[in-house]
Amino acid sequence: MPQPFDHIEKEQLRTDLPVFKSGDTVRIHVKVREGDKERIQVFQGTVIARKHGGIRETVTVRKISSGIGVERIFPLHSPIIDKIELVQEGKVRRAKLYYLRDLKGKKARITELRRD
Amino acid sequence: MKIGILGRKLGVNQLFDPESREVVPVTIIKAGPCLVLQKKSKDKDGYNALQLGLIETDRKKKVNKPLQGHLKASGAGSASYIREIRGEFPDLAVGSHVTLENFQDVKMVDVIGTSKGKGFQGVVVRHGFGGGAATHGSMFHRAPGSIGASSYPSRVFKGTKMGGRMGGVRVTTKNLTVSRIDAENGLILLKGSVPGPKNGFVIIHGL
Repeated sequence: MPQPFDHIEKEQLRTDLPVFKSGDTVRIHVKVREGDKERIQVFQGTVIARKHGGIRETVTVRKISSGIGVERIFPLHSPIIDKIELVQEGKVRRAKLYYLRDLKGKKARITELRRD
Repeated sequence: MKIGILGRKLGVNQLFDPESREVVPVTIIKAGPCLVLQKKSKDKDGYNALQLGLIETDRKKKVNKPLQGHLKASGAGSASYIREIRGEFPDLAVGSHVTLENFQDVKMVDVIGTSKGKGFQGVVVRHGFGGGAATHGSMFHRAPGSIGASSYPSRVFKGTKMGGRMGGVRVTTKNLTVSRIDAENGLILLKGSVPGPKNGFVIIHGL
């Protein structure tokens, strides 16, 4: 529903992010503050969910780090995100890929979506 | 006390704070423009106050004859919400405008509104009673329990907490941080929640 304060939300939305969806592999560059220094940390993994809309939108990224599944939820429009790179598009048949949590090894792969 | 203003709660949203980069939950209030309808003075009325009227051009409000007469002094056609702000304001005369421009250097506010009505609620919801166990043979679930002794005093004391109508009362939320003011659109964004439903009237006191 349009609200009389929509412009406040709109001006906060980021327009520099690529288009990606569930199943895609992304590299998310996160700004990390350590004391007064700032560095960039990269989190690469599979997008298993995109939730909510507008300024509240979040993205859940899953990766396997030294044999252990790690998931991180990023607020998509947060200023801590430096940039997002789309590494690979995936061919999946649903929007939420929570079933990947129960799969390991070769079964947990997602086939690449080739656009030719 | 500094200046006050009247407004209408529009809803809630969130912002990202550029400093801490954290999410700030905000309530958005459309405040003002208000007209000073009357000034009350110590000599005449026994106390100093400013009577403000919220002017909303997009909503029609019936103005009966007595109200028309009252509004005449300030030149207001109608006022959808009329409340007083206590205090002396020598630089504001009857008929002058109060908008968010007057709030530019305000950092904290108190907000007064009417809370959402909850209907008839039992003591667990209304007064935070613990209630009893749901299972293990317990036959005492959400009842209030004892409401007093027997032969003395042979009555229930006034003010004993019982079930009843909850909500719909005047509530003040104190010390809310002003997160942003959009004076152009008449919007004020406050960190945290504000009593009342969407489109409910609120009084904002600048601190």
